[in-house]
Order: sequence, then C-alpha cells, then structure tokens
Amino acid sequence: MDNKQIHTIIGSRKNKSAVEKAAQGIFTLCAFIAVLAVASITVYMIINGAPALFKVGVKDILFETQWRPSAENASFGILWVILTSVIGTVLAVILGVPMGVFTAVFLAETAPKKMAAVVRPAVELLAGIPSVIYGLLGLMILNPFMYKLELAVFENSKSHQFTGGANLLSAVIVLAVMILPTVINISESAIRAVPDSLRAASLALGASHMQTIFKVVLPAAKSGIVTAVVLGVGRAIGEAMAITLVSGSSVNAPLPFNSVRFLTTAIVAEMGYASGLHRQVLFTIGLVLFAFIMLINISLTRILKKGENGNA
Amino acid sequence: MHNSIIGKRKRNSDVIIRFLINISAGFSVVLLLGIIGYVFLKGIGKVNWQFLTGVTSTLMGTVGIAGNIVNTLYIIVITLLIATPVGIGSAIYLSEYAKPGRLVRLVEFTTETLSGIPSIIFGLFGMVFFGNVFGFGYSILTGALTLTIMVLPLITRNTQEALKTVPDSYRSGALGMGATKWYMIRTILLPSALPGIITGVILAIGRIVGESAALLFTAGSGYLLPKAGIGYLHKVMESGGTLTIQLYLSMAKAEYDVAFGIAVVLLVIVFVINRLTKYLAKKFDVNKIK
Repeated sequence: MDNKQIHTIIGSRKNKSAVEKAAQGIFTLCAFIAVLAVASITVYMIINGAPALFKVGVKDILFETQWRPSAENASFGILWVILTSVIGTVLAVILGVPMGVFTAVFLAETAPKKMAAVVRPAVELLAGIPSVIYGLLGLMILNPFMYKLELAVFENSKSHQFTGGANLLSAVIVLAVMILPTVINISESAIRAVPDSLRAASLALGASHMQTIFKVVLPAAKSGIVTAVVLGVGRAIGEAMAITLVSGSSVNAPLPFNSVRFLTTAIVAEMGYASGLHRQVLFTIGLVLFAFIMLINISLTRILKKGENGNA
Repeated sequence: MHNSIIGKRKRNSDVIIRFLINISAGFSVVLLLGIIGYVFLKGIGKVNWQFLTGVTSTLMGTVGIAGNIVNTLYIIVITLLIATPVGIGSAIYLSEYAKPGRLVRLVEFTTETLSGIPSIIFGLFGMVFFGNVFGFGYSILTGALTLTIMVLPLITRNTQEALKTVPDSYRSGALGMGATKWYMIRTILLPSALPGIITGVILAIGRIVGESAALLFTAGSGYLLPKAGIGYLHKVMESGGTLTIQLYLSMAKAEYDVAFGIAVVLLVIVFVINRLTKYLAKKFDVNKIK
C-alpha cells in the first residue's frame, strides 16, 4: 500500500503511515504462522523419526513383523502395524462410504423436508461427539458382542488366541461410524451442486428417479464424492483415542479377529513409558503416519484443483 | 402389457436402492439416539453435585472431576487467547492485503494441511517442540500451545468466510471518506464479520473440549485443583488433564462408571455448542466452515 497518496484531514500523516505499516506487518506475520507451523512439524517429525530408521535399519523396521521393543534382543518391525492401519482404513471406508453416500443422497434428493430436518441435525451432532466417547461405547458394546462372535467362530480352534473381543473388526466398525459425518456432509454438498438441468434432462428421457440419481447425478458429483472419500481416509487413518482400547493391545497380523495395533494406537499405547531407542521408533511410526497424511493432503489438493477446472 | 411409457411398473432395483437409502439415513438417527440414550442411562446416576465440584482422592474416597473441568477451562482460555488474534490476523492478511500469487497459495495450502493433520501428530510435535525444546514439560501451557496450532485453521477460515460476505461498498465507502486501511478494518470490517468470527471461536471450543490425542502427551493428566492465590498462575505450568483425558484414563483403568459420568458431561457440552453455532448461523446468516 502506498500510503503517501492517502490525503487525510485527521491527525498527522506520518504517525498514521507508521500504524498502517505496523498493522500490515502484523497481519502478514499472523498469516505466516501457519506456514511456520507446518514447516516445523515436518522438520521435527523427520528429526525425531528418522534416526531410528538408520540405527535399526530401514528394512528391519518397515518390513519386519516382530515387535518386541523391551526384549533383551529388541526388534522393532512395524510391518503389521502399517498393514493394520492400511487395511483397517480401507475396510472402514468400504463400510462407511456407501452408507454415507446413501445418506447424502437421502438428504439432497429423496428426503421429505420433515425427515431431512431430523436426519441432518443428527449427523451434525454425531460429528461433534468426542472420539473418546466412541471409544468408550466401542469398548462397552462392540467388544462383548465381538467376543461372543469370536467364541462361536473359533469354538474348536486350538491355535486362536482369544482377545475378549478387542480386535480389528471392532476398530473398523468404530472408524466406519466416525467417518460417516465427514462423508455425508461433503457428498451432500457435492450432490446439491449438480445443476437441476441434468436431472430434468434425465427424467425427460424416461429414466426413473433412482436411475437419474445413480447414473446422472452421482457421476456428475464424482469429484466431490472422491474428496469425501479421501477426507474419510484421512480421518480414519489418523484416529487414535477411539480405537486404542477397542482394537486390543498386541501387535499381530491384521486379521479380523486378531488383537491389533494401528500406527496411531501404537504411539498412544507406548509413548507414556517408552525411552531410548523404543521411543525413537515410536516417532518413526509417527513419521510413517505423517507421510501417509501428507500423501493424502497432496492428492486432495490435486483432486480439488482438477474438480475446479473440470466442472467449472 | 403396458403401452404407456409412464406406466406404473416399478423397477425392482429402484425399490431396493430406495430401501437402502432410507436404511442408511435412518441408521444415523438411530446411532445418535442410541449413543445419547446409552451414555445417559449408564452415566446420569454418577453425575451429582459432588461429582462435578469435588476432586478425586483415594484418601477421602471421593471421586470428582472439578480439577478436570478447571483444566479444560484453562486450556480453552489460553488456546483462544493466542489462536483468535493470530487466526483473525491471518484471515485479514489473506482477504484484505495479499495479492493473489504464490505466497497466498502457500499460506492457504499450509492452513489446509494443518486442518488435515491428525491430532496424535500434533501431540507428538507439541511434546517435543513445546515440551522439550521450549522446556515447558507436561503442562497446561504445552497443551494449549499445541492446540493453538490445531484450531488456527478453524478460526482463520471462518473469519475469512465472514470477511468475504462484507460487501465491497463498505470498504470503498470507508476508504472514500478518508479512513486509513487499518481504521477501516478496525471499525467497519471486524464488527461486520463478528458473527462469523464468533462461530469460528465456538467451533474451536468444541474441538478443544473433544480433543484427547493431542493432549495426552502435552498437557498430561493432573486432576488437582489449582492452589489459591499465586497457584492460579502457577497452574499454567503444571500438568492438567482435560475431561476427555480423564475419561480415557478412567476407561483404561476400567472405572466405567466414572467414564460414563464424564461422557454425560461432555455430551451436554457438545450439545450446547451445537445449539450455539446453530443459533448464530440462523441469526446472522453465517456460513460455518468445519
């Protein structure tokens, strides 16, 4: 801003331009705090997470399955942990996304006004419930149910380690429920953004209401729904407290009835008492999670940009 | 059979899909009612005056969450004291000063990134950066500083959205009458954008109240009340667990009745916050960005 051109009749111009400059400087500084924060998070995650990779060896951490951090001959393989997070997230998305998209279709297309007025606030409230409460309910309701299921499924198995119901499946269900509001909200606004002329054209060609929704409206809202899915993935892979107790407490292969550790829950469960190399490896787990999240964020920006260019 | 193209024939697939849609939508409602019902049923018996205003003590055999309520308030206040001005400033820069270009894209990209980073990562970062590097240890201050970064995007984006809705004629009107830019922002823009800013702040409070993973390794788990006098100030440097942290710890210790008691308190807070944002949105026509 070139303040010399402002002719003011109130007060001295010199003071004023100093204040103006200071204000602009402060606002600029505020804006760059976000940049600074992201930069320092990245730097600190790498500083703290990378050393263990070199000490233990990249292969021995990322591609080994033995997790015995406090044993005499300690081993820090986190392959099962990584796979648990990936598979758990994929399953949660497979469960949660169709349900979320159907609900979004309900809210945007088929719902009578009165019904929408009940469902929408419910979804909003679900989004606001703290994750520990989802965890508490998972622990009290899902786990006992899963235990019964487990007893039935593995009745005659001698090799199965019983988990009391704290297993991958329970965690997946909790995660699926937790991504619902995100998926619903974003898909709904994507569906609403589809111009009515498309619907009218499709109906006029003789397509039924449902055909119109699934063959015309949803494909047109594709980029928004993909965004919803990606955000859901981000939410599911980053969730920690809700599934810490629900998913069990030992590192195992990600099979439905196994007690498992996710990237997030491994950190939560052990950071409290870990020290030395063990602690550094936990930071490496954090770094792996951070890498996943950055990947998701970048693909999200790509999708959004493409959406802007595509359906202008 | 039907010669008319608008026959009454209903496709089976349509019926099935419509059924699935209704089931899905119904599920959300049933889920919410189930959660609220179950939590209140299990927890309401635990909530009484003693529980809300007392402190847990094995010596006296009492269980209370007053300390955790106070800690939560401390963290909310400190976080907002820092995050609100910075978030508003950032929004003002983005919508009033910045010229479109690389820098703005960078700021917007990082703000976006911040809102996508999971809270456990904020927790790790806060523990190392504010806890170790700054030397604040496990303290309310460490927790609040960590959460400041976390809620910053919420306040920035809601303020930005609010500034967008202030008509340009207000700006040119003020400038045309001889106001300087800062005077115009202070007296015209900020008051007009106030409802949007408040919405952002309330959403941030909701985020803070519900947060746990970012606080576990930063603010720690203290549950005592601050001591009188200078103790109120000193509390900032002491460890302090919020309600959610206490819920998690009770759950891990299998004290489920306490956990459900806290869950009832949290649900009430969440509900109040939800109503408040709704009320503001309706009254001032604000667009909220989550």
